[in-house]
Amino acid sequence: MRALIKISFLLLAVAGIFMAATSSVDFGLKVGDKAPSFKLKNVDGKYYSLEDVKDANGEKPKGYILTFTCNTCPYAVMYEDRLVELHNAMAPKGYPVVAIMPNDTNIKPGDSLEAMGKRAEDKGFDFLYLIDEKQEVFPAYGASRTPEIYLLDSDMVVRYTGAIDDNAQDASAVKTNYVMDAVASLEAGKSPDPAKTKAIGCSIKVKR
Amino acid sequence: MQDTARNTIIAILFIVSTSVVFAQASQEKAPFLIVEKYDDLAYIFEQNNDTTYVINFWATWCGPCVKELPYFETLHKQYKDQKVKVLLVSLDFKRQIERKLIPFVKKRQLQAEVIALTDGDYNSWIDKVDTDWGGAIPITVVYKGNKRKFHGEEFSNYEDLENLVKQFL
Repeated sequence: MRALIKISFLLLAVAGIFMAATSSVDFGLKVGDKAPSFKLKNVDGKYYSLEDVKDANGEKPKGYILTFTCNTCPYAVMYEDRLVELHNAMAPKGYPVVAIMPNDTNIKPGDSLEAMGKRAEDKGFDFLYLIDEKQEVFPAYGASRTPEIYLLDSDMVVRYTGAIDDNAQDASAVKTNYVMDAVASLEAGKSPDPAKTKAIGCSIKVKR
Repeated sequence: MQDTARNTIIAILFIVSTSVVFAQASQEKAPFLIVEKYDDLAYIFEQNNDTTYVINFWATWCGPCVKELPYFETLHKQYKDQKVKVLLVSLDFKRQIERKLIPFVKKRQLQAEVIALTDGDYNSWIDKVDTDWGGAIPITVVYKGNKRKFHGEEFSNYEDLENLVKQFL
């Protein structure tokens, strides 16, 4: 009898390990999850967390258009002007853009804080352009590529993840602007649909 | 005044028509297939025979992709006499095919078959390739009949790629 109990416990333990293993495969934040907070260095040399961010009216934002992006990925570059437009359109509504550069700068020297500052100035980024120096924030979010968007509500809950719109190559041929639609849904008290999209991007360059 | 307007229209028509001809001519020059809609390419994942298909998604601007390209070229050469088909699906942007992709393919003298896929509505087709694919490149799919493996990152060396393919032979 005792042996049977032992075996049952052993089986349970094995099952537990299996379940842990399968769930860890699907890492990262999902829609509905609370996003972790962070404190990262901005191109102005100061450290910011989401709690420091205000919308265009100086109010606590109703949400955050958090984007993992960088200087060096052609896809991210194609979205730079659209990111500026998105911020200019959405920050007055309470949804500012917050950009995070996740790449290791030894692998991508073009993504150094200095280069980021220059790009932010050239492109007129009126939003934070932060560097994930320790590469701890992007894994906590489960970001895998640039560019990639996480739309958070005021409670830091993920409401949409994925692409900015449905045409990276040609801004003038965009049919659906996923992020703008998602913000409109939040404003209407609804859940964004789609809440998750996929897009081609550059893999985030991880320190070796 | 009307004449000027008409001349302008004629000039515009001339420019448009010549650019169309140019575009067609340059498409003919491409030493590979250019596919605009993913659904027109889906067939490469649906072959049901005894050939092992090795399908790699890459782009000329993607560093890790370019780094692993020689592994696929080596695979193509080493398994020429066996039922292995290597397909290099480029995701270079439509407007850069002529300026970047064609010169790249010619300069590197790529022997494995290249296909350019220019469908920019990524969300509509990424899951059709593999639901495990987040969208970052490179990735590689190897399949034969119903057996299929998804490799969601670059290969660190040729042996890793070859060992994966060997599982299918």
